[in-house]
Amino acid sequence: MTHAPQGWDRAALALRLFALDPKRFGGIWVRARHGPVRTVFRDYISQIVGPTVHLHPTMDDETLFGGTDFAATLAHGSLHKTQGVVRQGTVLQLTMAERATPGFAARLGGLLDAASHSIVLLDEGADGEELPPDNLCERVAFFVDLDGLSMRDIAQIDALTHTKLDRVQVPDDAVKTLTETAAGLGIWSLRPVFFALDAARGLAALQGAHCVTADHLATAASMTLAHRAAPLPDMAQNPEPQADDQPSDTQPSQPQDMSDVEHLIDATQAALPPGLLATLAQGRRKRSHAPSDGSGDKQAHNRRGRPKPSRQGRIVSGKRLDLVATLRAAAPWQKLRTKPDHAAVALRAEDIRIKRFENRSDRLLIFAVDASGSAAAARMAEAKGAVELLLAEAYARRDHVALVGFRKDGAEVLLPPTRSLVQTKKRLAALPGGGGTPLAAGLKAGLEQGLQARKRGLSPTLVLLTDGRANVALDGAGNRQQAAQDATQMAKAFAQAGLDSLVIDTSARKSTPLRALADDMHGIYLPLPFAGAQQISSAISHSLAG
Amino acid sequence: MTQPFPFSAIVGQEEMKLAVILTAIDASIGGVLVFGDRGTGKSTAVRALAALLPPITQVAGCPVNSAAPDDCPDWAEVSDTSLVQRPTPVVDLPLGVTEDRVVGALDIERALTRGEKSFEPGLLARANRGYLYIDEVNLLEDHVVDLLLDVAQSGENVIEREGLSIRHDAKFVLVGSGNPEEGELRPQLLDRFGLSVEVSSPTDIMERVEVIRRRDAYEREQAAFLKRWRAADTKLRKRIMGARLSLPQVRASDAALTHCATLCATLGADGLRGELTLLRAARALAAFEGLREVGFDQIKAVAPMALRHRLRRDPLDEAGSTTRVERVLEEMA
Repeated sequence: MTHAPQGWDRAALALRLFALDPKRFGGIWVRARHGPVRTVFRDYISQIVGPTVHLHPTMDDETLFGGTDFAATLAHGSLHKTQGVVRQGTVLQLTMAERATPGFAARLGGLLDAASHSIVLLDEGADGEELPPDNLCERVAFFVDLDGLSMRDIAQIDALTHTKLDRVQVPDDAVKTLTETAAGLGIWSLRPVFFALDAARGLAALQGAHCVTADHLATAASMTLAHRAAPLPDMAQNPEPQADDQPSDTQPSQPQDMSDVEHLIDATQAALPPGLLATLAQGRRKRSHAPSDGSGDKQAHNRRGRPKPSRQGRIVSGKRLDLVATLRAAAPWQKLRTKPDHAAVALRAEDIRIKRFENRSDRLLIFAVDASGSAAAARMAEAKGAVELLLAEAYARRDHVALVGFRKDGAEVLLPPTRSLVQTKKRLAALPGGGGTPLAAGLKAGLEQGLQARKRGLSPTLVLLTDGRANVALDGAGNRQQAAQDATQMAKAFAQAGLDSLVIDTSARKSTPLRALADDMHGIYLPLPFAGAQQISSAISHSLAG
Repeated sequence: MTQPFPFSAIVGQEEMKLAVILTAIDASIGGVLVFGDRGTGKSTAVRALAALLPPITQVAGCPVNSAAPDDCPDWAEVSDTSLVQRPTPVVDLPLGVTEDRVVGALDIERALTRGEKSFEPGLLARANRGYLYIDEVNLLEDHVVDLLLDVAQSGENVIEREGLSIRHDAKFVLVGSGNPEEGELRPQLLDRFGLSVEVSSPTDIMERVEVIRRRDAYEREQAAFLKRWRAADTKLRKRIMGARLSLPQVRASDAALTHCATLCATLGADGLRGELTLLRAARALAAFEGLREVGFDQIKAVAPMALRHRLRRDPLDEAGSTTRVERVLEEMA
């Protein structure tokens, strides 16, 4: 246990190791809320690693990688380019890393792969809900958690004396031990093992040792592998802190090294507060189905679709210059303007005209599925079947889908808008049944998803599958009357927001209150008492098409 | 620039390596898509490929790497028409790329400063006769994908914009890699890749240890490591060159063609591109193995990578496409 430094010591050690060879270690993932401790740590980063370039997740490509500087180009009459911020230094600092989109992360990932840059990810995410993109976490060696530390915990971090990483000898079996440790922790990517190996070298180098020892290996593993460990099977089901005696059957092979490897696994697991591992793992799972950039849910369609008249604007990444219109705008002023030498035309920034296009937005189907006991008893399987058929169709049409389930005392967004059919299907199949019917909560979650999606340029439609027996109010109380009232209110909010909706009655008999609810939503009501899944599906496509 | 990791030194990942080699033998197979988890060496393999490819002969000053002075496009105003040997171009298409950078655009500098209309070639021009590599291809912006689809299909880049009307050859092998977790690829683009490979981390501990050892050696003693593997790489390159030469002589019997057709029909692969790719890949493999005729063994070996991404996807079928291809192959054997 002594091999796993905690708290500030861990942070300090990670920083010093990182500073030894920033490009090889890729970076540090620092989980810290805004606060004095973070400020001190950031000061140490620039003190020990050197100057850094600050990045923000909303930076566009032009800011990152450079582009044409139009103001200067026009003023001087020769091409002037802006230098991208990533060229201003090799160590990047990404604030609010948890907000980075997969596309943004992929661009930075490319820089890390080229070994031209290294990155400090400052992650301010709320516990386990938001994490930096996986591909960046994967490419940085260290994880440091500063939450919960106070100014009292802070100690001086010494600057590095000149040390060479590559001089350190590594015993022959160390590679094997580390590989097995990673496998034992359920880490299948090979990158972390490189990090662990280099970290062990670094630790030896920091201590002035010439050879990596077992202690170095243990500490290195705890520094680089711990936060990547897959949740152990028993932990996944039971979110309580894991027990100290880990089942050893996760260790696949090679009995002769067992003691070594187990020792390392222990050390690794002791490295983090037990709850954190579970949170990270959970967050990772949540993250993995965040909508990706490639699915095209762009709001501003600047380059596709039907052309519209061009308009005055600024040339930024993603916009296209309408050259003819620009020249036309500049033409009347030519005599008045002084031209730069050799320039045929005197252009000013205000002449710039930008092409505009209009595009139809993608459709999003939000399925709100009633998984209450009553619905489950009636037609849960049928409803699931219908949703699956619809999903297949949505896939063919490249629609986005989102899934909201409601049961017991609330609703849960099982899947934010995505095009990944496999994910949706998995989530749907895993949706358990039972409990009351919090119809209002389900509607509310659906409404929130719909409004959010609309902001991002999608056209949402809600498909509500329920038997309409609302008996849980919005506040989670089991009050039938209140529940019905809340549901009606939410339905009216739907109508007000102008979202399309479709109510599918899955109860055994037609339900009048549900019909009224559909009317309140200004939606379509489909009573399908004993239709097969196929029929529901065709009915829905029919009414959507109309 | 640092030397890429030697191709021969890549441990395991046989299918990916084979796919890459086959496209190097016959470019008309049409590219490779590598999909797999993180940290499995996808990009390593593609970058290693560059070092493996034989050089091309091209006109020195030509922006589209033309083979003969007569092939140079008029707009390029090529002044230096001597022939030189250059390494096969492997062009990276970064994710944040603008449309102008991909297809080429009006040379803004000349337009603004001298009022001349001239064309500034883009990445597609540079990739002509070579490879175009897109990492994280599934995250590529849709509008860039549209452009690529068109060009990859026709082998010609047509620019009709901003008063320019220009066309030039853009015959390249498209190589893409990505992580399926981050989003799916549009079926239209999927179909443009000749071969598709799925990679995963090796599960065997000793194999994993070997990967780490080699990578570590590469990082620490690069010169010695590269030297150690140079012979193997050279041997492979020669074998590829030999296969290229003997490729036209490799025959495909009626029986082999029937095999291909039956396989595709049974699997319900859309269109005829599946059959063609399957046949070309099998022929390239036969050439690589020094055979004169395509046999069922070659078809069997390349069928999964040539067909798995072309199957009409039953979105609700849990069994992977690979399993389906293998199942049919077993029935046929």
